Amino acid sequence: MAVTAVREKPSAIHTSLEAIVEVKGICKSYGNVEALRDINLDFPRGKLTSLLGPSGCGKTTLLKIIAGLIGASAGSVTVDGKRVSGPGPERAFVFQDFALMPWATVLRNVAFGLELRGTGKAERDEIARRYIAQVGLSGFEDKYPHELSGGMRQRVGLARALSVDAEVLLLDEPFSAVDEQNRRKFQEDLIRLRSAQNKTFIFVTHSIEEAVYISDRIVLLSPRPGRVSQVIEPDIDRSGDPDRIHRDKHYLDTVEEIWQGLKQYVE
Amino acid sequence: MTLFGYRIPMMASLLVWCVAWEIVGRLDLVFLLPPFSDVLAAAFQLVQSPSWQDATVTTLRAFTIGIALAIALGIPLGILMGRIKIADDLLGMWVNIFASAPLSALVPVLMILFGFGERTIIAAVFLFAVWIIVLDTRAGVRHVSPSLIEMARSYGATKPALYAKIILWAALPEILAGIRLGLIRGVKGVVIGQLLVAIVGYGALFETFSRNFRMAEFWALTIILFAFAMLIAELIERIEGKVEYYAGARQ
Amino acid sequence: MATNIRAESEATHLALPVSSDTAGRLRDRPIILRLVSIALFAGIWEIAGRIPVSFAFPTFSDTIAAFFGLIADGSMPTAYLSTLQPLVLGILLSAFLGVGIGIVCGLSRTGEWLLIPVFIVLQAAPVAAFIPLVTFVYGIGMTAKTIAVMILALPVIVLNTYKAVRNVNESLLVMCRSFLGTRWQTITRIVLPDASPVIFAGLRLGVAAGFVGVVLAELLITPTGIGDLITFHRSRADYAEMYATIASIIALSTLTLVFLQWIEVRVFRPEKRGT
Repeated sequence: MAVTAVREKPSAIHTSLEAIVEVKGICKSYGNVEALRDINLDFPRGKLTSLLGPSGCGKTTLLKIIAGLIGASAGSVTVDGKRVSGPGPERAFVFQDFALMPWATVLRNVAFGLELRGTGKAERDEIARRYIAQVGLSGFEDKYPHELSGGMRQRVGLARALSVDAEVLLLDEPFSAVDEQNRRKFQEDLIRLRSAQNKTFIFVTHSIEEAVYISDRIVLLSPRPGRVSQVIEPDIDRSGDPDRIHRDKHYLDTVEEIWQGLKQYVE
Repeated sequence: MTLFGYRIPMMASLLVWCVAWEIVGRLDLVFLLPPFSDVLAAAFQLVQSPSWQDATVTTLRAFTIGIALAIALGIPLGILMGRIKIADDLLGMWVNIFASAPLSALVPVLMILFGFGERTIIAAVFLFAVWIIVLDTRAGVRHVSPSLIEMARSYGATKPALYAKIILWAALPEILAGIRLGLIRGVKGVVIGQLLVAIVGYGALFETFSRNFRMAEFWALTIILFAFAMLIAELIERIEGKVEYYAGARQ
Repeated sequence: MATNIRAESEATHLALPVSSDTAGRLRDRPIILRLVSIALFAGIWEIAGRIPVSFAFPTFSDTIAAFFGLIADGSMPTAYLSTLQPLVLGILLSAFLGVGIGIVCGLSRTGEWLLIPVFIVLQAAPVAAFIPLVTFVYGIGMTAKTIAVMILALPVIVLNTYKAVRNVNESLLVMCRSFLGTRWQTITRIVLPDASPVIFAGLRLGVAAGFVGVVLAELLITPTGIGDLITFHRSRADYAEMYATIASIIALSTLTLVFLQWIEVRVFRPEKRGT
């Protein structure tokens, strides 16, 4: 396990990298139900951090608190030193159910964030076309969401988040409604995309393989109430053929190790 | 159905409207609108009058018979259309047309076919109520899960048993929804029929009250009728609530 | 009063499965089956008329002949001219007013609290009882007929619009918020487009109710238009003419509803095209 750095004490994390998102003492309760308890996390700039855990661990809740879509019961989130009180232009969200407007074409869906900001039509269409090409959907600009497969729809969702040029991308189980083959292709594309983008990704998933495959850091959350149980930095070389990663020994070891840790929470 | 958790306060606004009605009535702004309290008083007296009681008996009888016929014919027809494609193909178009057509135009036909009496009213109730029952039953039968039917077959269910023990029950939530809508439409049918025939039941009373400008009684009768329509819908909804778990379990 | 909220669901209930069925079926069914179905209907009518089941039951062929007779002598076109004016006016007024009230009630809690119960009552109750009264107040002219159309059409339109606005896709609202949409942007770019199919379905139901209203007004008191044509031929025992008139108004109402569905698919929801 020499290559996998495991830190047992999450509260004492100090990364050498500069943190862009800082989560301090976040608690969240719904009535009597405690969803999150005292979450303290730093998300380093330019890295992809996954929030991983079994259902009920509050990972999506934490992501939505960072997005400013729901309020925390206690604690604070800062992005670039500024305290989060609602959605902001420096963060963009990718939704689990895609959240595409069925009455709008791919182009308009991708340009929607810019449209809301008042960017002129010619400019926003040009930007949108660029990102549609980057996610591999060139030629589909004038299609409607119902004409696309699940994987393609989520590419639209990703292009929309990229087009507003936010520094932090928040992805809420983006591949859970995408079928297995497309998911794998999409994961490969995501690895390629982020090496070109230099953005910070925060990625919620319940798939151990997915988290290990794409993440620089993995935050393991334990359920009821949601707490940080471990932070793992898989040391996997992603520069070569993406298919090789699945056979990489470090990859397999890390997956196994996380599974051993999570097993106790699965009934 | 609970809507956004505040069902009761929402309907409470009707009280506000009653108060507004009372004020407008007292100010004598609109000649046709007596104060709400007068209407309530009139309703009280009306309920005790033999003419109202007779009219109610006539109306209820016609309504009940019409609805019973609509249910007795509508459900089998709906099941037939839900299960047999050719029946659906041939009848579907007409059922859909009649479900949304201005059926009030057909009441004159009923009047010459069935005479100026109770039979016309029964026919009107039937005609207003039956189509929606057919459509909802058909939809319910269509939505029965095929694996449920295959299950029954694989355990050796006979055709009658399949219909009596599986299809009818699995389609029950939709059938009841259809009956509820049929009842609401049936109330409209009985009123429209009686208004057009004008010598039977509530129609005769409405005719008398509005012709003689006895407005308090006119409004009293209207309120009683509205309350009756609401009460019926409420009753059937209680029953629906009891089978709701089917609908939930089927998803 | 649990009923009342439930009664409101009638609006969408009818709107979605039933009416979309109406036109959906009329459109999607292979044309031959539809013709067979029509032929079957006409055949049964013809046979029933020849037996005859009643002295007041003309054959299908007599009714068709009477229909062309009524068109030729100009009495049916004149009657329709008088019926369609208040119908169109009443439906246009109900559409603007109803969609407006529905949107306000869907967006504002106060509007919802104050107005929705009234429309729920009007939707479930037999408002036809008001039509004689309306005719007493406004006479037998255009105004009374227009109001008759409106009291029947307005509740359906209001309740469908309200329900559509209240039930807008939650995840699109969150999406719009996360991309910093203002309240106005949320309403114009998410709420209204998302609600438009159900609103339009409500308009279709409103049109159906409007037909009922205008026919009822004409049958009850106002001696003009299609209702008068029906009553007149009944009094003269011209049963074929009477049936022809009734069939024509039912056919017109059905064709109007199918046409509205066609418009909806073509114009309002381009993403439905070709599916």
